[in-house]
Amino acid sequence: MLEVEGIHTYYGLSHILFGVTLKVERGEIVCLLGRNGAGKTTTLKSIMGLTPPKQGSIRFKGEEISGMEPYLLARKGIGYVPDDRRIFADLTVGENLEIAARQLKEEQGWSKEKVYEIFPALRDIEHRKGGCLSGGEQKMLAIARALMGNPDLLLLDEPTEGLAPVLVHALEEKIKKLKEAGLTVLLAEQNVRSALRLSDHGYIIDNGQIRYQGSIEELKENEEVRKKYLLV
Amino acid sequence: MDFASLSTQLLVGLSRAMILFIVCAGLSFILGVLRVPNIAHGSLYMIGAFAAYSIFTHLGSSSSGFWLALILAPLVVALVSLVAERALFCHLYQREHLMLLLFTFALMLILDDLVKITWGPEYCSVLAPNILRGSVSMFGASLPRYNLFLLIVGPLVAIFLWLFVNKTKIGKISRAAAVDREMVGAVGINVSWVFAAAFVIGCFLAGLGGALVAPTVSICLGMDHDIIIEAFLIVTIGGLGNIWGALVGSLIFGVTHSFGVLLWPQFAIVFPYAAVVIVLLLRPRGLLKSVW
Ligand SMILES: Nc1ncnc2c1ncn2[C@@H]1O[C@H](COP(=O)(O)OP(=O)(O)OP(=O)(O)O)[C@@H](O)[C@H]1O
Ligand SMILES: [Mg+2]
Repeated sequence: MLEVEGIHTYYGLSHILFGVTLKVERGEIVCLLGRNGAGKTTTLKSIMGLTPPKQGSIRFKGEEISGMEPYLLARKGIGYVPDDRRIFADLTVGENLEIAARQLKEEQGWSKEKVYEIFPALRDIEHRKGGCLSGGEQKMLAIARALMGNPDLLLLDEPTEGLAPVLVHALEEKIKKLKEAGLTVLLAEQNVRSALRLSDHGYIIDNGQIRYQGSIEELKENEEVRKKYLLV
Repeated sequence: MDFASLSTQLLVGLSRAMILFIVCAGLSFILGVLRVPNIAHGSLYMIGAFAAYSIFTHLGSSSSGFWLALILAPLVVALVSLVAERALFCHLYQREHLMLLLFTFALMLILDDLVKITWGPEYCSVLAPNILRGSVSMFGASLPRYNLFLLIVGPLVAIFLWLFVNKTKIGKISRAAAVDREMVGAVGINVSWVFAAAFVIGCFLAGLGGALVAPTVSICLGMDHDIIIEAFLIVTIGGLGNIWGALVGSLIFGVTHSFGVLLWPQFAIVFPYAAVVIVLLLRPRGLLKSVW
């Protein structure tokens, strides 16, 4: 589904990603773990075309996509949930979803109704302004908004950050549901426990380089690596 | 000073405020969505007035000529702005505000010269159609019918704008893009076309203002400079990028000016500027919420 190969990304002159390589197969949840400032967000932004890499290649469904504009990538089926949510504050919850809606040729696909079935809490606040939501509500809305674009691949940046433990579990259930619905997910997380519960595959990034990769069972057993890069 | 002349002045002031509102709403919309302080907005207003004059005279200076001019002149302006946006502006949105200010200033000079070449330096005028000539009595005051017409058109434009911004998809996208254009792109919207549409709509309003003002003034070079200064003051006191702020600012400007005419006619123009100073002292960021 997604193959990232040796990408180098810069913010202005500062070199952030040093040849990041990773792979996400269709139907998997893959997590990208790392400490603060390791480069998780930058990796997701590079894939989404928000900070296009200067070198390396990104292939999505076999097609080279690096350097493409974000709106085209969204139309090709990549949904992006930023770590800081970036809800459109002036728009109501419903409007946030409407403007992100993208009709599929077939009739199936996500609609406001279907999204509300996954996140019933959003239905009750449909007419509230995005700027007046709690952090957890914003998180849900950010995911719901990405779903409205009918993505095949979801880039989730720290969905559990700042949520109460109960909500973390609830959100994990929802992400599992999305996986059952056929979605592929690349998950950037600091919350290692939550990520290990959800994922099939894991990558550890540190200082802009991938330091470890493997199945989730291997990662669970490999305490040394976890201590070294994740401090847990 | 009797009640009749007071209410006449007030109504005339309000009707002038309607034209200011239409022009300023366009300026403020562009400021809000594109973050471009478009100094050439006044030139587009002037082109609207001159285009109305040309269409009006080509159609034999008839009443129907006026109505057609009122519809077509803003479309001419919209077309000019579409060309300017696709050829020039769309490459410049990333630039800092000072660069944009200089650039739109240059565009203003170019448009002014084009107007001079096309229409010459003479004064032109447009006649209001028969049914809008003469006066009507309202509240014991006599009000020119054309001003009454403006008092009807202004709120209509406001209603259309409200519907556009709140009920249409492109209006909603514009509100989102005003705050976070990158994220609008990330949900699959081609921001470039949204910006083009927003720019053209804003400039259409400048053209509409120019066409509406045409029968009330002598159309001439330089009318752009007068309005652009007022327009920037109005959008500043209203709150940059807020079209309802443009409405409030225009009302303040129009009404204080008309009371200035009553109280101290020689210095009437000082009153709205004094009002601007007072508002900015009390609320430096403008009366209504600004997206800047
Ligand atoms: N806009 C920016 N300009 C310059 N440097 C930046 C910018 N954003 C991030 N960086 C730097 O890039 C590096 C990687 O940041 P990134 O946001 O990708 O980390 P992260 O793994 O997502 O961290 P966190 O877990 O805290 O979200 C950091 O060293 C950070 O200081
Ligand atoms: Mg991050």
